[in-house]
Amino acid sequence: MKPVIDVWSTPFWDAAREGRLMVQRCTDTGQCFFPPAPVSPFTGRPNTEWIESAGRGELFSFVVFHQKYFPGFPTPYPVVMVKLDEGPMLLTNLRGAEASALKIGQRMHVVFDPGVDGITLPQFEIAA
Amino acid sequence: MNIHDSYPLRDKAAFAGIGTSAFGNFPASDSYGLGCEALNMALDDAGLRPGDIDGLIVNRIPSYERFAEMMGINPQYCLLTETPGRFSGVSLSLAMQAVATGAAKTVALVYGNNGRSKRVNYGGGDSQWSAWGMTSPGASHAMMWQRHMHDYGTTHADLGWVAEAFRHHACLNPEAVMHGRPITREDHATARPICEPLKLLDYCLINDGAVAWIITSTERARDMRRPPVLISGYARQDNFTYGSAPPTDYWQGAFAKVQSEIYARAGIGRDELSGLGIYDNFSPTVLFSLEGMGFCPHGEGGNFVKDGTLRLGTGRLPTNTSGRHLSDSYMQGWGIIAECVRQLRGDCGARQIPNAEAMQYICGTNIALSAIFRRG
Repeated sequence: MKPVIDVWSTPFWDAAREGRLMVQRCTDTGQCFFPPAPVSPFTGRPNTEWIESAGRGELFSFVVFHQKYFPGFPTPYPVVMVKLDEGPMLLTNLRGAEASALKIGQRMHVVFDPGVDGITLPQFEIAA
Repeated sequence: MNIHDSYPLRDKAAFAGIGTSAFGNFPASDSYGLGCEALNMALDDAGLRPGDIDGLIVNRIPSYERFAEMMGINPQYCLLTETPGRFSGVSLSLAMQAVATGAAKTVALVYGNNGRSKRVNYGGGDSQWSAWGMTSPGASHAMMWQRHMHDYGTTHADLGWVAEAFRHHACLNPEAVMHGRPITREDHATARPICEPLKLLDYCLINDGAVAWIITSTERARDMRRPPVLISGYARQDNFTYGSAPPTDYWQGAFAKVQSEIYARAGIGRDELSGLGIYDNFSPTVLFSLEGMGFCPHGEGGNFVKDGTLRLGTGRLPTNTSGRHLSDSYMQGWGIIAECVRQLRGDCGARQIPNAEAMQYICGTNIALSAIFRRG
């Protein structure tokens, strides 16, 4: 599946190709947010900047898909919900482990998977 | 004096007619045909003709204009509401407002869906998260339920009580898609996984069908064929903070506001309710809704439904007595509300709640809402 890339998320995908995880920060409140948007959800104002996330966070929840929705995803496959240390939630994939190794609350860190069509997908591993 | 004593819409609008089409797989019809079938039943129920309708709200039927043209309705108020199931309750409030303000005197609300024969898939396609394989409302609920089990120690087996109770109700309802197909909690536990931790019997059905309601002023409803069912209270709180990712609070923040208003607005307390209609797109939503409305403390939903609390005959709070989305028919809330009306008229036969006086509808979504109905 190719991601949906719009004018607001282009910086996120450009940075991912360079192996960096970027999120937006509201310059009025200091809070970070995702998905990318023209304004801060904390103020409604366009006072935002892109910052590089440290790429670390905590497993908030996870699921394992058995139903096949996308041809490119052999089932079963997990999707993990990671709360970045900077605040935003990401719905992403698990790398380097089976879903049975997942425990809510465990530390995760980002890895970059060079995918098809020049898209690099930020995914997460269980931190050592 | 409580500020809610002045809730201006209490008992002002009423259901005067209800219609539900057959539910199943009907490739020879479509949402228009099914919608016309349901609306004709509702008109007959109320003793009205199409020319008596001066307000029209349609949902999941592609064009309000074509539908009105088909039925020969030329209203003074008309709209098409959004497709998610939360819009059944939203549409209800629009009709209440239209009647209260005089924008329309008698509003027909018509839902029609042919998702089964069209093989509609509620997942897949491009979205914010599709590159990571995340899709479908079911997966979003599975994500919430996984976290709920972690936070509160609930288990998948708790959901079995919900699925089994609603299937029991469907087996008492000859119109239900799953009539005659009872399940046990063991069946629920061993069903094939769809998006773990949820399994097949945690998911709603997808089927064709239609539902119509006719809402008018309580005063006018009293002159129609059937005893009116009054809309006593309504409350709603949106939370679009969770527009992109699954909610992290099971909508408890929004529900707290709804809970603080709904009973006072209706003038009817939890203890006076005869039963519930809970939006059950997926079984965990039922527990989130019970917790949200204060029937039990946060996290206690699993314990609350154990031993058949929601089951007709044995439970204190018979819920989704037709079998609803999990076992009767996926009509996105429209059928749940129709069932509340039928209970309050005493029309439910083998699945009738004895002496039903008041019913509450609860919908846990990013538009959290509730309505309380009572016998007129």
